[in-house]
Amino acid sequence: MALGGILTVAANLIWLERRLLALWQDRYGPNRVGPFGLFQTIADAIKMFLKEDWIPPFADKAVFVLAPCIINATALLSFAVIPFAPGVQVMDLGAGLLFLLAMSSLGVYSVTLAGWASNNKYALLGGLRASAQMLSYEVYMSLSLMGVVLMAGSLNLSEIVKAQEGMWFCIPQCVGMALFFIAGIAETHRLPFDLPEAEAELVAGFHSEYSSMKFGMFFIGEYIGITLISALTALLYFGGWSGPLFGLSENLAPFVQFGWFALKTFILIGFFILLRASMPRPRYDQLIEFGWKAMLPLSLLNLLVTGAVVLALE
Amino acid sequence: MPSLWIDGKTYEVEAGKNLLQVCLSLGLDLPYFCWHPALGSVGACRQCAVKQYRDENDSVGRLVMACMTPVTDGMRITLQDEGSVEFRAMLIEALMTNHPHDCPVCDEGGECHLQDMTVMTGHNYRDFRFKKRTFNNQYLGPFINHEMNRCITCYRCVRFYRDYADGPDLNAFASKNHVYFGRDCDGALESEFSGNLVEVCPTGVFTDKTLKEHYTRKWDLTTAPSVCHHCGLGCNTLAGERYGSIRRIINRYNGAVNGYFLCDRGRFGYDFVNAGTRIREPLASSGETKTQVPVSVEKIQQLVSEMNAGKDKILGIGSPRASLEANYALMKLAGPEHFLDGMAPKESSLVRLALSILRNGPARSVSLQEAGQADAVFILGEDVTHTAPMLALSLRQAARQVCVQKAAKANIPEWHDAAVRELAQEERSPFYIAATGATRLDDVATKKMCVPLDGIARLGLAVAHAIDPSAPAVDGLADSDKQLAGEIAAALMNARHPLVVSGTSSGCSSVLKAAAQITIALARTREKVGISLIVPECNSLGIAMLANGTLENLDERIKSRRYETLVVLENDLYRRLPSAQVDALLESVKRVIVIDHTTSPTSQKAHLVLPAGTFAEADGTLVNNEGRAQRFFQIFAPEGEIQESWRWIRDICPESRGNRKTAWQDLSDVIEALCQDVPALAKIQEAAPTSDFRIKGLRVARQPHRYSGRTAMVAHKTIHEPKPPEDPDSPFSFSMEGYRGIPPAPLIPRFWSPGWNSVQSLNKFQQEVGGELTGGDPGVRLIDPDGSDSPGYFEDVPAVSTCSGDQVQLIPLWRIFGSEEFSVLSEAVQQKIPGMSVIMNPKDAEKANLKTGSMAVIESGDMKLQLPVSLCESQAAGTVAIPAGYRGAAWIDLPALGESGRGMKNERNPLVPDPDCSGSGWHSDCGSQSDLA
Amino acid sequence: MLSILRSIWLVFLHAFARRETIQYPDEMPYSPPRWRGRIILSRDPDGEERCVACNLCAVACPVACISLQATEDESGRRYPDFFRINFSRCIFCGYCEEACPTYAIQLTTDFEMGEFKRTNLVYEKEDLLISGSGKYPGYNFYRQAGLAIGGKGKGEADCEEPPIDVHSLMP
Repeated sequence: MALGGILTVAANLIWLERRLLALWQDRYGPNRVGPFGLFQTIADAIKMFLKEDWIPPFADKAVFVLAPCIINATALLSFAVIPFAPGVQVMDLGAGLLFLLAMSSLGVYSVTLAGWASNNKYALLGGLRASAQMLSYEVYMSLSLMGVVLMAGSLNLSEIVKAQEGMWFCIPQCVGMALFFIAGIAETHRLPFDLPEAEAELVAGFHSEYSSMKFGMFFIGEYIGITLISALTALLYFGGWSGPLFGLSENLAPFVQFGWFALKTFILIGFFILLRASMPRPRYDQLIEFGWKAMLPLSLLNLLVTGAVVLALE
Repeated sequence: MPSLWIDGKTYEVEAGKNLLQVCLSLGLDLPYFCWHPALGSVGACRQCAVKQYRDENDSVGRLVMACMTPVTDGMRITLQDEGSVEFRAMLIEALMTNHPHDCPVCDEGGECHLQDMTVMTGHNYRDFRFKKRTFNNQYLGPFINHEMNRCITCYRCVRFYRDYADGPDLNAFASKNHVYFGRDCDGALESEFSGNLVEVCPTGVFTDKTLKEHYTRKWDLTTAPSVCHHCGLGCNTLAGERYGSIRRIINRYNGAVNGYFLCDRGRFGYDFVNAGTRIREPLASSGETKTQVPVSVEKIQQLVSEMNAGKDKILGIGSPRASLEANYALMKLAGPEHFLDGMAPKESSLVRLALSILRNGPARSVSLQEAGQADAVFILGEDVTHTAPMLALSLRQAARQVCVQKAAKANIPEWHDAAVRELAQEERSPFYIAATGATRLDDVATKKMCVPLDGIARLGLAVAHAIDPSAPAVDGLADSDKQLAGEIAAALMNARHPLVVSGTSSGCSSVLKAAAQITIALARTREKVGISLIVPECNSLGIAMLANGTLENLDERIKSRRYETLVVLENDLYRRLPSAQVDALLESVKRVIVIDHTTSPTSQKAHLVLPAGTFAEADGTLVNNEGRAQRFFQIFAPEGEIQESWRWIRDICPESRGNRKTAWQDLSDVIEALCQDVPALAKIQEAAPTSDFRIKGLRVARQPHRYSGRTAMVAHKTIHEPKPPEDPDSPFSFSMEGYRGIPPAPLIPRFWSPGWNSVQSLNKFQQEVGGELTGGDPGVRLIDPDGSDSPGYFEDVPAVSTCSGDQVQLIPLWRIFGSEEFSVLSEAVQQKIPGMSVIMNPKDAEKANLKTGSMAVIESGDMKLQLPVSLCESQAAGTVAIPAGYRGAAWIDLPALGESGRGMKNERNPLVPDPDCSGSGWHSDCGSQSDLA
Repeated sequence: MLSILRSIWLVFLHAFARRETIQYPDEMPYSPPRWRGRIILSRDPDGEERCVACNLCAVACPVACISLQATEDESGRRYPDFFRINFSRCIFCGYCEEACPTYAIQLTTDFEMGEFKRTNLVYEKEDLLISGSGKYPGYNFYRQAGLAIGGKGKGEADCEEPPIDVHSLMP
């Protein structure tokens, strides 16, 4: 159910993104298919399924097919450890955060392999960019998270949420949160950091050669990634499911808590989309330079300060 | 070589030319109207003004008219000077004040010299705000449309029509800005060269009326170089096609052949290509009624495989109007001994006689260009205007050569047209005609003699004897004839370029021999002697060089019963032989295959008819009367199953069927095989580049780069734009793709140059304006006697014919419009065909009790004719001229002895015009000819 | 850094701005008169075809999608025998209108030409010819041209003298 839910959410994010972008650009966006154009995603999916599933003759077929599966699999697996509400989660791992980081690191293979298997210079360039970018940003993504881990004293996500009962970590860990969010954008190669698929110079980057539902899987994978990063941010910095319960009974509480969690996640997704609507794409060297020269020192500093404060408070 | 300074550059140029011609030859753009390379300068339009400086210190200069200024050494001029530029623009502006707002509906638009010159001088906006003067137009016959409002009074029309072509009925009327070019009243233009007004007129006053019927702009015409098929001269033409039909013919300049002009038969006789009489699909006779129905390829295969069972029983009859390649293909199919030349027996022997005369020399067969340079002419037994029209135009120039020579003595250059004419007045070169009746050149003849055919031959032989006493003498000549012979002999001997003209149209071999005799005699005393022998059809000489078999002994062949299949190539046997003989021939064989492009009585009797391409749908080589081999190229790819005759023959030939390797693939293969088999024709390979010829890797485009409607013209049939057809036979493409510069002269598909949309762009294609095309004029001469060993004289002198009682000599009468097989299918030409009538001397008529318009019954052998009579003083006594070559008329073997008389009293036949016997050779009363047809 | 935040904020504020989209086909957009849409052939003020089949539009067309054949009526008035535009090729550049010397061919504001079959985009003269004079009322080419047509003899066009009597001796 969770799987289905997430896929549905991810798919409808396409509609949401288009509507929101349109909103910020004084347009309407898709509004013809169903009420408010809600069925646009279904129409798109039907279209995508009906398209010719084309594997270029020059591609490495096995890898070419495998690549889009990886991104979906890793992103979906990550959700296994996400607590949607107290106790509402697939598995409650002690080292849940670590598992998440591991899964998102695996995601890089998808893009790299897709670029390589396509056997096309644009795709390969896209793949190369993706791997370098993801590896760079992964480093301080985990480093920036360490502040939260230090404060919560646990790698278990439910524990981290519980640790925020007094104050959401977004206040003490504001720097860490900004760092994590930026790294998250880079990890999901969303705008403004979508250099692997920079259409202006690389046609469509690593997925140039993909069509039909294989392309659809990359597409969906990207939106699952957005959801995941947003959910994580909500969990780690915005207190996850915590929020006023309006005095509801114990039985109804998890629904409200899930509601809070979902609300926070969607606001963050909205922010993702707002970034896309307002930010220009940097140059590739600027991206890497920014990662190594600004983000890494900052995250280290953040870790140092957090550690020092935590020690001092103890 | 004078050096000429133009705008800071020094050029080495030829002396004696005028400045305008020199500038144009140098590739400089200088506007002009009244000047024409063939007509010379008169300085009427003032458009070619340039500034001339006295020396390098002179900065003021003075305006001179380039066309009137001879080039001198050290001359300094400028074309770009502000004063002269302004002067030229101002003049155009003045010319344009009365020019109507007609360009969109004007046939000249897009190829208009006036448009080009207006753009060139930069006159863009009209400032004249007053009313325009207008004129009423005239009806000028079926060929030419008149729109007088557009006139800019350059006088080119009358200078061509009156001065160059000696036409009497077009003139300039009134004065100042009322000057009007037309006839004194409505009526068809009488000159056979009236069509050239279309190209001579720099704007749209005279336009092609036949083009108007299916008007197409120049930029929309698919064009390729062609050669006229309507007589033996082989004038070069450019045919234009659009939407699958031929739209017009214009002149293709060839410095050695037709120069700047064409005759009306060649220009307006093209419509047979579009006519309903065309054969467009294979037909086979079926059933009892023998009606011809379209057949499938399988049926053809079946018929042909039956034929191939008796492979050595094929009789092939070629044609003097088919290309060498087609004839050769048939010769290969039937075998040389079973291949006949397809000419009437008498005609064949005459063409062969002419060929041997040309081959043995010593006289050189002159080109049309050289004929125009002759300064003494003797014509024996031909009405040249009717049998070889463009030669007549050249001979009219020859008649003026004495003026040019006289002018040269007075230090007047030839191009100074008005001065030359003023100096010489009415003087003409020695020009003698011996004919059986009136001819269209009588007006330029010094002396004209009308005698029966043997009388012509005897006069010719007497002239030869007078030139060289060792030539056989002619006995029993009257004193006056002796004197005339002496006069002609003296004229020919005194001339620099004497020319003897004769031909096969009289049907009399002794006339041809007499002409040859004169040249042999002349060659004893001098080096350069010219001869021009007119042959009847476009490839008469070619087939005579190719085939040995003739229709002479046809009866024996019929009797031998050895043939099962008869293949007739582009030939209507009923025009060549008595119908009884043709019927016997067709019945003596099991199957008759006719390959032709137009339905004929012969094709109607065939078992299998295969659709051949006309000149517009096939490529090939023709040999003209000069012995010049010229290639004509396909204009467009026809729809349906029409293909070249040689392809049909290849397809039915057993050796080539199912054997793609050895079969001929393209025209080059045929030509190669032909050149190997027939050494006399080996040089035809040089007539034009082969099909694999490319310029910068490109073919030459048949369509101009502005060709329009490419994606819409077939959109109503199919929305998928079909690929243009491929052309394996020529270096041309059927599309716009291809080389756009100046190709080799035989491959010029159109005359166009940036800024020069009209035919005047021709200047850019010539080495020197008015001279050869760049790279030499196309065509290759096959016959060039070295003149080393002069052949002996013909010894037989014909006796005076003795006609007794009612007996008369029947002479074939050829008409420019009417006698040729295909031009008469054009609607416009049909309107010009004179009614059929016999021409008699009034004395003979009186003897036979005949009057103008009464019906004469003429009997010769088993042939009996009944035709109205026209009387003409010029017709030699004892001769009757009978129309020859008319479509649908019974075949008559002419000349012959016959009996005329027993006139049936009849009302005057309104259809019969007066014959040309008014001395000048022209009709004097207006409109007598135009509406008779 | 601040500028980035500022631009994010400004973009966010656009959520409350008016939308520019025109909801075609529910709502028709305004096309200016010089819009280059569907091509038509107009008529002169007398109701006759304006096109004189001069071929200038055809030659100006960069995709060569205009094809026509000129013909004449018995009075000498020239008009197109057929006039075909292959709109599946047309790029609506308007060169044909620029080239037209008689205001016959005009581009209109109509752009709704979608078809499922390409053959339906081949317009013949009857599909192109409208009954009015389009954007340029009043102009009649044959009133300006020197050519005589039915109803207008020589010298009867605007700004023309009556035809000259060539036989007259008057100066």
